[in-house]
Amino acid sequence: MATATQSKLHVTDLHFRRRKIADRLAFIALSACAGITVFMLLIILSYIFYKGATQIDWNFLTALPKPAGEPGGGIRNALIGSVIIVALASLMAMPIGIGTAIFLNEFPSFWVGRAIRFLADVLTAVPSIVVGLAVYTLVVRPMGSFSGFSGSVAYAFIMIPIIIITAQEALRLVPSNLREASLALGVPRWRTILMIVLPVSSRALLTGLILAVARALGETAPMLFTSFGNAFGNVNISKPTATVPVVIYRYATGPYDDWHSQAWAAAFILVGVILLASIITRFVIRSKFDE
Amino acid sequence: MAGRNTIATSPLPAQKTKLSDHPASANWGDRIFYNLVRLSALFVIILSSLLVIELFHGSWEAINKFGIGFIWGTTWDPVKEEFGTLPTIIGTLVKSLLALIIAVPISIGAAVYIAIFAPKWLRGPLSYLVESLAAIPSVIFGLWGLFVLVPIVRVIQIWLKGHFGWFPLFSGPAVYGVGVLAAGIILAIMITPIITAISRDIIRSVPKSQMEGMLALGATRWEAIRKAILPYCRVGLAGAVILGLGRALGETMAVTMVGGNAFALITSLFDPVHSMASQIASEFSEATYSLYISSLIYVGLVLFGITIIINILAQILIWKISNGKVGIIE
Repeated sequence: MATATQSKLHVTDLHFRRRKIADRLAFIALSACAGITVFMLLIILSYIFYKGATQIDWNFLTALPKPAGEPGGGIRNALIGSVIIVALASLMAMPIGIGTAIFLNEFPSFWVGRAIRFLADVLTAVPSIVVGLAVYTLVVRPMGSFSGFSGSVAYAFIMIPIIIITAQEALRLVPSNLREASLALGVPRWRTILMIVLPVSSRALLTGLILAVARALGETAPMLFTSFGNAFGNVNISKPTATVPVVIYRYATGPYDDWHSQAWAAAFILVGVILLASIITRFVIRSKFDE
Repeated sequence: MAGRNTIATSPLPAQKTKLSDHPASANWGDRIFYNLVRLSALFVIILSSLLVIELFHGSWEAINKFGIGFIWGTTWDPVKEEFGTLPTIIGTLVKSLLALIIAVPISIGAAVYIAIFAPKWLRGPLSYLVESLAAIPSVIFGLWGLFVLVPIVRVIQIWLKGHFGWFPLFSGPAVYGVGVLAAGIILAIMITPIITAISRDIIRSVPKSQMEGMLALGATRWEAIRKAILPYCRVGLAGAVILGLGRALGETMAVTMVGGNAFALITSLFDPVHSMASQIASEFSEATYSLYISSLIYVGLVLFGITIIINILAQILIWKISNGKVGIIE
């Protein structure tokens, strides 16, 4: 009798222990998954740092590229080109993006709002190379040449949905009693939005803009058919213009060792700027997940 | 038409209040402002339509010449001016599926860990690190893939071919390193943060009582996750995976750099073959006559169609479960 109870206990005990072990193994496997993801990030970043940081000197930042095959030279043209193209793209994308977000949030109309929000969501998913092709037939062909301007249009396409989505979220978080207080004082709605709602949400709006800029800075594929590239220090936006990501692509797939090391150096600068932007946004406004 | 005082008395962002109902009653500043923001919203619709129109416009010559048969054509011969894109479609799908096979278990595992197991202080930093991986541009993954991953893959290929060469998937040439396997791995690394971030938000949207109920009945945490949480949000997780697939299909630069760009039907995991995006990116500057360019844009149109269908499907699945409050961008 006693032994039977004992063995029964023993069986449940075994069963329980097996479940415990399964739980333990699952925990280890799941944390390993998270670990692998972070590990990949660290490995890639440290490799870029290791290969790129050592290559950077003043000359690399300020000199123009040397003719193919000659060692030395820098990426001044691409740095300036990227800044010009992205700045122009921001000027196009910001008013449209924030205006649309104001329309969606401050003048809510169920169907139109939903449809536009859905469009924005779908637009973020359009492959950037497809955007490049569309801008090629829209701008490059009629203009007759690759140009920095067409590159800006392509970047604006990519930035607009990002700005809409982040700005709408930013406006949504503005407490509505601020609006009501202003309206109750007789301030017209447009001034309420411009003087109260936008300033209150300015940090979150800025975050969205920085995210969009960071995203655009690294986009390569659309630039292959729009801004193309340029080995001279071109600042005329109606001419082909070099950008940093395209230079990385050209140099990485080119045949010369010196190009390869310059590609790493350019990659270091690009990743550095993008991560810096992400760190800034993180401390301008804390991520949703922390709240 | 609502009355003159609607603006002042209505609670603002409520769904029912529409300034658009009474533009005539608003003051002139309001009217101008309203029309300006409406114009920018209209612009978004115009831009989206332009995107589609220009793709059709650019590929019209090829559409006229090859028709819908372009999609299952298997010849790509710029000399004979004959184009068809089936092999690149298959190449794209195989690479993306390979990426999903690698990325999905890791991403969902990482998402479960971040959402449920990770101690509170670790959650924020972990999420941040995972999302940082998503911020790295495609061309950087390509650079890293070309100089670090490809040599490693070459060693793996030689080993696999040596030991399992009889297996059809491993029968291809093992000399290049670049190819389907390398592209699949690099795509997996690139889509992991996207699937992880969305799955994490979806898992966190599961009511706490689901898990607590299981735990109260004596289940271990793993059992609660497996039987209460994952089944509860499987539709949303499917959406996250499909969104990752959409991203993988359209990825260009990394795949162009490590995929080995040959126009051929896939026969093994080691084959260097084009995907749609890589074919467009690598051949565009060589396209010397308009039908060639038009055919490349046609490939882009097909790619666009596939990714849009897949993304709308994913959006619907995700919206269904979470009302849209998930993702990386926010």
